Amino acid sequence: MSCGAKKDVSRRDFLRSGASLATLQLAPGVTLMAFGGSEAQAAADAGKRWGLLIDASKCAPDCNACITACQDENGWKGGGNAETDVQWIRKVTLKDKSSGRETSLPVMCQHCESPPCVDVCPTGASFKRKDGIVLVDKHICIGCRYCMMACPFKARSFVHERVTNQKTHAPRGIGTVESCTLCVHRVDEGRIPACVEACEAAGHGAMVFGDLLDPESEISRRLAAYPSVALRPDLDLNPGVRYREI
Amino acid sequence: MRASLLMAGLIAMLASAIWAGEGQGGYGPVIPEATGEAHPEGNDYMRRWHMSMMRHDRDVTIYEGKREQNASLGGCFECHAAKDETGTPVTYADERHFCRSCHDYVAVKVDCFDCHRSTPEGVEEPAAHAALGGLLFPALGADVGALVAYLGAREVGQ
Ligand code: SF4
Ligand code: SF4
Repeated sequence: MSCGAKKDVSRRDFLRSGASLATLQLAPGVTLMAFGGSEAQAAADAGKRWGLLIDASKCAPDCNACITACQDENGWKGGGNAETDVQWIRKVTLKDKSSGRETSLPVMCQHCESPPCVDVCPTGASFKRKDGIVLVDKHICIGCRYCMMACPFKARSFVHERVTNQKTHAPRGIGTVESCTLCVHRVDEGRIPACVEACEAAGHGAMVFGDLLDPESEISRRLAAYPSVALRPDLDLNPGVRYREI
Repeated sequence: MRASLLMAGLIAMLASAIWAGEGQGGYGPVIPEATGEAHPEGNDYMRRWHMSMMRHDRDVTIYEGKREQNASLGGCFECHAAKDETGTPVTYADERHFCRSCHDYVAVKVDCFDCHRSTPEGVEEPAAHAALGGLLFPALGADVGALVAYLGAREVGQ
């Protein structure tokens, strides 16, 4: 790791200096983001809670940009077997029976504040990071799939088949359960999730990513200004993913 | 996996006793040559502790989100990508793979590469790489013959 070590240090310095250029410190703990996105995270920060706001009225029914981007980013392309293929994010169509109006929206792990998947996990593999991102530690997961049954959003998948060519930043393999990581590897570098980026690039801008605890963040300001809902609010899970216009 | 890592550690310790001569023609495994600078910690230290270093750093990464770790499989392959005749880095399915050069010698099968890629990013892992996995889950395709061939045994007692 000698050569690697040097590279890591310079990369770290780069990230840190990049972050200080792009942001303006207003007061201790209060930072103004110059270019959107988030400050490069040196580590998971308990002072933040990452979330998504999805505006269903901007989500095009025939668009799959978020799904494709997630597959490319995290390397989970299916093997053509619908019964067993994993699905980190899916497009769901809601239909109002009386009016016939249809709404299209992406659904992924909702990064619940009180995650049932974590409650039921017998090994401690399912866990919530201090910044609210819910993950599976695949070194511990035994593939029992309790979490899949506990999740009200069908957000988790079991890997049934052998996997090759994983992304270095997204290890995944047979016998473990996985779900949306909110692109945690990107978030830790101060970048936004791949789906949000792709939605923006496709010209829809239906998704906003940000810190729910920072009242000045774009996501918090929108949540404060317009009505929004959590999926299955009756369950009181306080998910980090919120929806508008559904 | 923890058990297998621990075992690898113990065996590596024992094996270091016969490591003299680095195996090139003598006893011990044949270790593919690496590129890049030598580990400042020394090879003996790496042989004894590489698994602990990776385990520590992976926990820090996944739970605390600190991604600037020194010990990572991806980092290993920056210098330790053993290549075939065509100069392409081989996968863990190939016995020339860097990790296998020692683990085969001590008859330890690690399952790191069920989830982690065994080549540098961008170097394709062909389907044969997945087939090797049958050894871990025999019901998924491996037969006794493949297991025996993999372990290098000469006879199968039935
Ligand atoms: S949406 Fe499902 S997988 Fe995600 S945190 Fe909630 S219960 Fe767990
Ligand atoms: S499948 Fe894995 S993460 Fe899910 S409940 Fe079982 S051990 Fe926990």
